[in-house]
Amino acid sequence: MSAPAKRVIIEPVTRVEGHGKVSIYMDEQNRVQQARLHIVEFRGFERFIQGRPYWEVPVLVQRLCGICPVSHHLCAAKAMDQIVGVDKLTPAAEKIRRLAHYGQTFQSHALHFFHLCSPDLLFGFDADPAIRNVIGVIREYPDLAKQGVLMRKYGQEVIKATVGKKIHGTGAIPGGVNKPLSVAERDVLLPDLEQMLEWAVATVKIAKDYTAEHLETLKDFATSPTNHVSIVRQDGAMDLYDGNLRAVSPEGERIFDGVKPMEYTDYFQEEVRDWSYMKFPFIKSLGREEGWYRVGPLSRVNVCDFIDTPAAEKERQEFMALTNGKPNNITMAYHWTRMIELLHAIEKIRELLHDPDLQSDDLVLQGERREEAVAIIEAPRGSLFHHYQVNEQDEVVMANLIVSTTHNNTAMNTAVQRVAEDHLDGQPELTEGMLNHVEVAIRAYDPCLSCATHALGQMPLVVSLFDHQGNLIARKSKA
Amino acid sequence: MSKDKITFTIDGCEVTAQPGQTVMQAADAANIRIPQLCYLEGLTPHGSCRVCIVKANGRLDTSCTLPAVEGMVVENNTEEINEYRRDLVDMLFVEGNHICPSCEKSGDCELQGVAYELGITAPKYPYQFPRRETDASHPDIFLDLNRCILCARCVQTSRDLDGKTVFEFVGRGPDKKLAIRPGARLADTELDITDQVVGSCPVGTILKKRVGFAVPVGERTYDKEPHPEQPVSE
Repeated sequence: MSAPAKRVIIEPVTRVEGHGKVSIYMDEQNRVQQARLHIVEFRGFERFIQGRPYWEVPVLVQRLCGICPVSHHLCAAKAMDQIVGVDKLTPAAEKIRRLAHYGQTFQSHALHFFHLCSPDLLFGFDADPAIRNVIGVIREYPDLAKQGVLMRKYGQEVIKATVGKKIHGTGAIPGGVNKPLSVAERDVLLPDLEQMLEWAVATVKIAKDYTAEHLETLKDFATSPTNHVSIVRQDGAMDLYDGNLRAVSPEGERIFDGVKPMEYTDYFQEEVRDWSYMKFPFIKSLGREEGWYRVGPLSRVNVCDFIDTPAAEKERQEFMALTNGKPNNITMAYHWTRMIELLHAIEKIRELLHDPDLQSDDLVLQGERREEAVAIIEAPRGSLFHHYQVNEQDEVVMANLIVSTTHNNTAMNTAVQRVAEDHLDGQPELTEGMLNHVEVAIRAYDPCLSCATHALGQMPLVVSLFDHQGNLIARKSKA
Repeated sequence: MSKDKITFTIDGCEVTAQPGQTVMQAADAANIRIPQLCYLEGLTPHGSCRVCIVKANGRLDTSCTLPAVEGMVVENNTEEINEYRRDLVDMLFVEGNHICPSCEKSGDCELQGVAYELGITAPKYPYQFPRRETDASHPDIFLDLNRCILCARCVQTSRDLDGKTVFEFVGRGPDKKLAIRPGARLADTELDITDQVVGSCPVGTILKKRVGFAVPVGERTYDKEPHPEQPVSE
């Protein structure tokens, strides 16, 4: 690359989980040369769990995150099930874990939609930042804000009832769970269930109507045709807790299907670049340039054949009709699909809360000890891979975690580049509103930057703009 | 003339003790709580943790080793003494690597329990982050020295109750540490899962393998009450 003329930094990028910054390099004519999302945190979980006993891992590794610890907790527990030789849990144990996972999906999606992204959707990408924030939402749309808080609270209560605590519980243990759901715990959750379902339906409508109303603008915003990856159930249904990997092309052709978690290294490769702590995974058979892909709600809805709950399936069909059943590649459609999953999660919660298996005491199994395990779960932000090796003395000797945001790394960088080209290119002066477009694109992915690098620290993100000699000419940073 | 009863006071309350009883034993019998950590019934008290200190006739001493004496005036639950106890417990936390969020003993840990009891929410002294070892060689028992508070319960239990000498202390002062015989790993010792020493550890140093986190949050010892009369350590 020839020497860029200008460099813009957005730091910190706000309303995302984690700490990162965006650098945009421009030439003398203010044309965008390169835009990058840098993840500037590092945490090293994969290293320091080495030497720890395997049964500690589900509790330890979830400390990566305070937003979706349940995903790490369950994914690690699924891996440790394999280590203790259990391929199929008791019905009670699996259902309790699933209930925890749907509670987590429900609360995390509600948090993202109402607290993180709604200011952009309700007020506009370049509205006054003094209003375009969660306080602004509370002032202008108090009922909606309250719904968001109560929906998140409901999901958190489901988590507490199943794993013991709202954040960082201990419910999933190798081979099962440590408690059933008592009748008393269930009865606390039942009264608000129908209200949550009603709100979830209404929230899907908000996301859907927003997309329909702004389709002309959104269809090209931060959008590139990409491959999509997710696990699906054996019959092709969306399954957030368990399944085999499927990848489809931007046009919907199968790249692979039915890939077992243990085979992931045959299909994926991770690349390290010197300007980010986050790795860049790609589909091996397609190579580095063509093999990047997306994960998360948009990909899951694109990849699955159907959703096994009626209301969410109806919404999925409506969503897929927009692209004649082919994958939808509109980046901002993440919000719509995230809300379809929110609805799916509460439908699943309803199904499970009425299942008497949850009160069973048949909770833990054991089998023949193994030394290696790979588990995959669909976390709220996308596919989460946990790979461990455990020695015969029960110590973890190797861990590799590929989290959702890491899968989306190239996609987010491409989105940032696209938005920079479309909205900053050739502009004599950059406004906060223009730079917020970059953040809006990143936020669509609901990235968790701490998880992605297993990183430590405060959560904000920054955008910087540099001139062709590398001089900083603009920087956007919010505490 | 020997008496068959001794009468003294703890915080102004009259307490009766049998001759030969310690202040802690008399207090326990009278249902008066004195915070304690290294003490374990069945072992010879030796006052190593010093959490059970009281002021007897104006002089600080460990109540687990202090014989009750006629007319003694004992101060126990005073702000001055509790502050000493907080300092002692604080130092135990920062001298080791007590990562409670991922420790399977969390909720059943007596060090945590006494911290709850004394109202410690975070240590005030700087963490020392010592380099400590783990030993996973034994098929049934995991040893994590990061959490050892040098209470000596395991040294005594192995020697006095199990009739083995699996554990010992080596080094002095800040270099003092729990050890097994030089050059040996835990698997090389006579230690057996049924030995009493396995249940003697107040913290998460000596652990039964593969049972961690089996007790759900809400049902662990200190989820129910901050300082049960008989701390559980199994």
